[in-house]
Amino acid sequence: MKKMICMIAILTLLGGMANAQKIKGSDTVLPLAQTQAESYAKKHPKANITVTGGGSGVGISALMDGTTDIAMTSRKMKFDEKLKLKEAGKPVTETLIAYDALAVVVHPSNKISKLTREQLEAIFTGKITNWKEVGGDDMKIVVYSRETSSGTYEFFKESILKNKNYVSSALSMPATGAIIQSVGQTKGAIGYVGLAYLCPEVKAISISYDQGKNYIAPSFETAKNQSYPVIRPLFFYTTKGTPASANDFIDYVLSETGQKQVKEIGYIPVK
Amino acid sequence: MYINPMKNGLKKFTEAITEKILLFSSGITTLTVILIVIFLFKEGMGLFSSPDIEEGYVLAVNQENPINQLTPEESMEVFDSKITSWKELGGKEEDILVFRLSDVTNYADETSLGDEFQFLPHVLDSIITVNPGIIAFIPQQYIDSTFTGKILNNGHITAESFFDGKYWYPTASPSPLFGLLPLISGTLWISLFAILIALPFGLAVAIYMAELANQRTRKIIKPIIELLAGIPSVVYGFFGLVVLVPLVQKVFNLPVGESGLVGSIILAIMALPTIITVAEDAIRTTPRSMREASLALGANHWQTIYKVVLPYSMSGITAAAVLGIGRAIGETMAVLMVSGNAAIIPSSLLEPMRTIPATIAAELGEAPVGGIHYKALFLLGCILFILTLIISISVELINTRKKA
Repeated sequence: MKKMICMIAILTLLGGMANAQKIKGSDTVLPLAQTQAESYAKKHPKANITVTGGGSGVGISALMDGTTDIAMTSRKMKFDEKLKLKEAGKPVTETLIAYDALAVVVHPSNKISKLTREQLEAIFTGKITNWKEVGGDDMKIVVYSRETSSGTYEFFKESILKNKNYVSSALSMPATGAIIQSVGQTKGAIGYVGLAYLCPEVKAISISYDQGKNYIAPSFETAKNQSYPVIRPLFFYTTKGTPASANDFIDYVLSETGQKQVKEIGYIPVK
Repeated sequence: MYINPMKNGLKKFTEAITEKILLFSSGITTLTVILIVIFLFKEGMGLFSSPDIEEGYVLAVNQENPINQLTPEESMEVFDSKITSWKELGGKEEDILVFRLSDVTNYADETSLGDEFQFLPHVLDSIITVNPGIIAFIPQQYIDSTFTGKILNNGHITAESFFDGKYWYPTASPSPLFGLLPLISGTLWISLFAILIALPFGLAVAIYMAELANQRTRKIIKPIIELLAGIPSVVYGFFGLVVLVPLVQKVFNLPVGESGLVGSIILAIMALPTIITVAEDAIRTTPRSMREASLALGANHWQTIYKVVLPYSMSGITAAAVLGIGRAIGETMAVLMVSGNAAIIPSSLLEPMRTIPATIAAELGEAPVGGIHYKALFLLGCILFILTLIISISVELINTRKKA
């Protein structure tokens, strides 16, 4: 009898192991992967998916030392990371699962409704400090940023600031909700939030990446057809040792129901 | 009376066991505290031997370039395009060209790097050779023996740059900046003003409750004040962000409401229970004989309070104030939400400020374990520890004086 129980225990453990998939990486992708994993588990009761965050870099280094099956990232793998993985003999496969767009927001009473990337860079690095320098009222610009630990902070820094540092007087907020709250109650404020968080308390501005020829307003449609410039791809990375069941999960994310969920969570589906 | 020797023996035995258990738990507690302190300082002190450029990377320039070394501030300004000519750094009249490894695809296509990127060192070398004004931030491993450019010497993070640094850019690359001044000044400003706001209120309530209130009022007020201590700090923070921030912004007509003042007000509310409880206890311990002597000499109730009771309990009130400061300095979440967290050296209370606990809470989650940012945050923890240690020691000193 005892032996039987032991055997059953071991078998279930092994069975569980065979279906266990570990997903690790970006905190931006985390809510998406978690919801997907839950609904996937409903359809495949045997599947056992663990999703953990930690940041894109953490996910990729976990993929490198084999502690995760899928690395989720909110940016394309960096050149030097690719190099490292190649050196370790682990060529990677990249799967684009969704897009995330960032909107630049101001107080609803602000006259400004469009800015170029160069103007935004000057505002966020502290070269422009008054709204009248970009055609608005004579009012001090109050720059809101996220904390350094946030993926959004890094993405905005790369995309808009071209890797320059934020002005040191920028107010750094612990969460997107806090940015909405603060921008909504501060007349001279400017900040950035994920597209899904846009609400009537703040005004999103149109952005031009071609020196002011075309200004594109952030919306689900412009993000989806890629005309809105402040957009980042979200990826799943797998490598040679990744089990087939993990690929099954990726297929699920890319399926119609999976992509519908992407939209529900507030990201932009790829299909 | 007859005492059962068995029962007596058992009693002695349990007493001995209890004594051992008490000894053991106090020993464990002391040991834990000491270990935490040792851990804190061990991690924190590592910062001063770390190189001031990201680990595993080098800054390389063209071999013709006369510059040999850049300070972290200089390299940050170069990579932020605030310094655009080598002349400003004492070099030749030449525009600076900033190069990061990911820019390599703008200079060479991926095929010329080889399938295994084996030609990368060669490509980097030639890019640095043909661009006289270049400054390249590249991994050390792609510098091989044939490299013809010049690698800049890197310094180490010094105690001076930490304690006297004016900028806090912990994730800047190539050179992060860890300057304590904006953070410590933010912490001290907010705590100091918190106590300035809290002390008059706290003292007033304490005097009222100890001297003036009747038994019934006291029974109602006391639990309410103790309830203040039980509200989670994030709730205070939320209240501050939604109610106090717009209010302060309107009243002072500020461009931005998140400021040291809101942080101070919130902290003052949070420090009130401590101040009131400790001060009230101190006032209550004034001996009855002293009060009666004062009243017998013809002083009225109010004169007795401020000529006899308050001077007598002064050391207890000071202890209350100092304990309140201790509460304010260590508070994290509420301040993180309302004070704006801009790492600048404040010139007035109405500016955004960043405190040490808020910095640690916001940044530790994403700092790579054992890295330079991680060590810097631990060092901040050490500073905070020393601050609160000074406060505890002063409370101790004040209490000894009281007994003497």
